[in-house]
Amino acid sequence: MSDPAITLYRLQACPFCERVVRVLQDNDIPYRSRFVEPMHADRNVVKRISGKRTVPAIVDENTGVTMSESANIVDYLEATYVEGDGVSA
Amino acid sequence: MVDFDVVDLPDVDHPEVGDTVPDFTRPLVDEEFWENVALSDLYADGPVLLVFHPMDGAFPATYIWNEIRDREWQERLEVVGVSVSSPYEHKTLIEERGIDSRLYSDPGAGVAEQFGIDWELDGMEGVREPWPAVFLVDTEGTIRYAWVASEWPDFPEYDEVETAIADHV
Repeated sequence: MSDPAITLYRLQACPFCERVVRVLQDNDIPYRSRFVEPMHADRNVVKRISGKRTVPAIVDENTGVTMSESANIVDYLEATYVEGDGVSA
Repeated sequence: MVDFDVVDLPDVDHPEVGDTVPDFTRPLVDEEFWENVALSDLYADGPVLLVFHPMDGAFPATYIWNEIRDREWQERLEVVGVSVSSPYEHKTLIEERGIDSRLYSDPGAGVAEQFGIDWELDGMEGVREPWPAVFLVDTEGTIRYAWVASEWPDFPEYDEVETAIADHV
């Protein structure tokens, strides 16, 4: 089984993360979830990939994009995967 | 260990040496995050030692991981744990006990049930967990060594496991 190109770093029950999940699911964009801890100090993996400890954050191996902030991520996903001529997943 | 009878566990129909290991997917927890991982994805990359243990916080969980660390099995193959504890508890256990392995979280004991080794704890109504058990799985998914507790409490036969690792890894 090949891993999905998009990895979503998320916090359980975080509304901003759920916002991103909804866009991924509504558009059938494959992704895998990596859950991190509520404590900011315990989110070194997110800091390493994105430069800050906020979630949601995504890594998209299709495009090489790493991104934080749910509004940015939603815009990116819609531009890349929803509004035509995107990268095939 | 003690000079009185402990609880004998009944004979169960668990997977044996030569059987294909039951496959499952559960959140697999390391010191930083957790994500769904299939056991078959792990053994595709190399032999796996699967260690079922009592819930995090019970002393056997700590004892078993201390012994495994002292024997440095993680340097020889992928060693993963399974307990009914939540990913949050696994992260705490990994941090506080300095565990060098990833731990599967199986709160519903469904994996334990797949292996035929689930039981309800006396005095903890509605809580099922696996008996202590150890399975060595090769890269084809075939079980090369199997140990399942026959009494409660019980601990893995560490020397036997070590021999199995030497023979098959």
